[in-house]
Amino acid sequence: MTMNPWITHLMKRLFPPQVLLPDIIGIDIGLTVAAIAAIVFLTKTKRWGWLWREWITTVDHKKIGIMYLLAALVMLFRGGVDALMIRTQLIAPHQHFMSAQQYDEVFTTHGTVMIFFMAMPMVFALFNVAVPLMIGARDVAFPRLNAISFWLFAFGAILLNISFSIGGSPDAGWMSYPPYSELMFNPGVGENYFLLSLQVAGIGTIATGINFLVTVLRLRAPGMTLTRIPIFAWSALITSSLILFAFPPLTVALGLTMLDRIFGASFFTLGHQGMPMMYANLFWIFGHPEVYILIMPAFGVFSEVVPTFSKKPLFGYEAMVVSLLAISILSYGTWVHHFFEMGAGPGVNSFFGLSTMLIAIPTGVKMFNWIFTMWGGRIRVSVPMLWQLGFIPTFVVGGATGVMLAAVPADYQYHNSYFLIAHFHNVILGGTVFGVLSGMYYWWPKMFGWKLNERQGVWAFVFFVVGFWLTFMPQYFLGFQGMTRRMSTYPPGLGWTALNFWSTIGAYVMGVGFLIMVYNIIWSRIHPDWDTTGDPWDGRTMEWSLPSPAPEYNFARIPHVHSRDEWWEMKQEGRTDEVKISEETVHAIHMPRNTPMPVLLALAFFVGSIGMVFEWFWLAILGGLGVVAALTYGSFADYSEKEISRDTILHTEAQLGRVES
Amino acid sequence: MSTVTETHRSAARPPEFEDTHESIRILGFWIFLTTDVVLFGSLFSVYAVFRNRVALGPTPHQLFAMGPVLAETLILLTSTFTCSLSLYAARSDKLKGAVAWLTATLLLGASFVFLEIREFVGDVRAGHTWHQSAFLSGFFTLVGTHGSHVTVGIAWAIMLVLQLMSRGLTVTNRRKLYTFTLYWHFLDIVWIFLFTVVYLLGIA
Repeated sequence: MTMNPWITHLMKRLFPPQVLLPDIIGIDIGLTVAAIAAIVFLTKTKRWGWLWREWITTVDHKKIGIMYLLAALVMLFRGGVDALMIRTQLIAPHQHFMSAQQYDEVFTTHGTVMIFFMAMPMVFALFNVAVPLMIGARDVAFPRLNAISFWLFAFGAILLNISFSIGGSPDAGWMSYPPYSELMFNPGVGENYFLLSLQVAGIGTIATGINFLVTVLRLRAPGMTLTRIPIFAWSALITSSLILFAFPPLTVALGLTMLDRIFGASFFTLGHQGMPMMYANLFWIFGHPEVYILIMPAFGVFSEVVPTFSKKPLFGYEAMVVSLLAISILSYGTWVHHFFEMGAGPGVNSFFGLSTMLIAIPTGVKMFNWIFTMWGGRIRVSVPMLWQLGFIPTFVVGGATGVMLAAVPADYQYHNSYFLIAHFHNVILGGTVFGVLSGMYYWWPKMFGWKLNERQGVWAFVFFVVGFWLTFMPQYFLGFQGMTRRMSTYPPGLGWTALNFWSTIGAYVMGVGFLIMVYNIIWSRIHPDWDTTGDPWDGRTMEWSLPSPAPEYNFARIPHVHSRDEWWEMKQEGRTDEVKISEETVHAIHMPRNTPMPVLLALAFFVGSIGMVFEWFWLAILGGLGVVAALTYGSFADYSEKEISRDTILHTEAQLGRVES
Repeated sequence: MSTVTETHRSAARPPEFEDTHESIRILGFWIFLTTDVVLFGSLFSVYAVFRNRVALGPTPHQLFAMGPVLAETLILLTSTFTCSLSLYAARSDKLKGAVAWLTATLLLGASFVFLEIREFVGDVRAGHTWHQSAFLSGFFTLVGTHGSHVTVGIAWAIMLVLQLMSRGLTVTNRRKLYTFTLYWHFLDIVWIFLFTVVYLLGIA
């Protein structure tokens, strides 16, 4: 049988040998079956219209937050499977569960997915869900831009995730250092996927940064001065400003690599006097602030959770804000600590070592503030609080090992060893992930109107945290014993075998913890514990003054804020009826309409990116024209707002028992 | 007391800020411009590092000619002036003037882009593609990024002219014109740095 050579070529490009492994084909079949099942289900239950109207075209920050959360949980699963594959390979010496090539691909996508498509959207989920409600706003500053951000993230995530079944995954690590990421050494399309997917998602991230910065600056309820903003909203403000200064260098680093790979430029190549180390600089000018972009929202969550579950106001509010600001400024002076070995000289290295150590000071301030908030408080150990209590020792260890890494001469020993791996998992998993999971359990009732089962939540926590310590503590010692990162296998007799074995067992225990969490969510959905009060935790900030879930317009009447813990004060002074409305006080509310523009814009980006990945420039141009068309439509469209009438509001609020008789 | 402060404030602020919605959008646009500053800052730093990495290609001194670049500079500076005149006309409620000056701005912008493309094409025809050296990669990307920003600005100006003609000087259109002038001034400032760092220092 002869095939058209053009088709043969196309098939080879779409399905190179690396995507034809049995396990990948198995996953492909599973995903196809799941997709068909989802389509059949939606068609049978006639939910396409509902999906389009209620979710895909929505501009409501609460719904966008929920979509971010669900997407992030799916990505946590994907990144987690990658992690378990890595650990399975390393459970014993000379394992060949995966080939070295597949191992490279798996650790690359593990890092990329976890940072950009799990941790970031998880953070944005909490921003979307909580920040407008906390500051007494009806939506974010730019609701349509918010939807654009979400869909750019979603299509970026899809782009990266299809790489393993079509065309091949990237394999140059989540930093994708040149020259290895350059065409000369890495000719497939995998790296293109990496560059384009992060670029698309990155545009969305910058837009989110602008959005939440303006939201917190301009949409606060009257009376909420800068010293009355809840700390979580402060963390959103400062995280956003970090995004604005951190992401453009990433855009440049990725863009220049793309120009090298696809258009033959000579930035980071070995020939033509290109300079690979320039990429490392640009990447880490982004990359180091990025880790604070990830951790500050977690600090914000804990600053809400600790006072609520200790029944005490936050200790040292001003110190909290100042330390957040200090960290955000210091974070720009530390990037060289990722490559002390580059040879910048003792002067430069000492500067960056010292600046890195300095960050431990404001972070320590925060630790003490949380502990002093708990001191003498009436502590309730609910699931959100449990994650906080798990966080404190974990993050202290992670921070202390970070200071060890910042000591330049010692770093020559630790660099790129498992000591480093253990350190950054200690702070990113033990900090960010514990933080966002705490926030997820905390705000879950506000998102869905029902609580997650406590008992199951405790089990998920116990498995996750025990698994976490078991996974990463041995890795510090593996680092001391010379095991470097990214090794696809290792020989026996180096003293690594037992430590690796226990580390892998720990990873499985964490995996069980994740499964319990999924069970927890599904079980609680089927047996909902309805939150009828809107204030399940006896909370302190304004979001708990609203019903769960909050109505579309959030606040029927914008509150007037008098103190930091406004809702708590209202409860103490018996002023909770102030949130109720009456016939006289209610006014019509204007809200933005749904629009399909954001999802179409992101789709055009997606199509254009596919064109760039495979270097089908006609498709790239088509996608580009789609982007222009969507933006033009967006510019000319009529954005008159819809009006929610007084009667509708009165009706809605009366059903919630929030109308004064 | 409070009324006095309110009047005082609105007098001190440009009229485009009077509508709360629109003033929030202007703040958002300012913040977007800061991200663009960082973007150009990164590209400038790349160029500065790569300036002497010419490999077998031409040095900046051999590549650049002052004539066309000076013309580009004068054209862009003039377009900033016409751009301000457009905003000035809009503030005096002169729709025709606003449209005319905006059209002049976009035509000047287009001739700037034309001259730049001509310069690039000439370089490439002489065999100086960006493949040749890290310096050329940095040069084409930095200057090209500015040029593509100007191109985006032209497309934006065309849409703005159409909207001004069809809808007149609405609150939204006034804000759009204001943010467009911010953007255009910003590109002008970037060009001043570009002209100095790339061309003047290159030719010197």
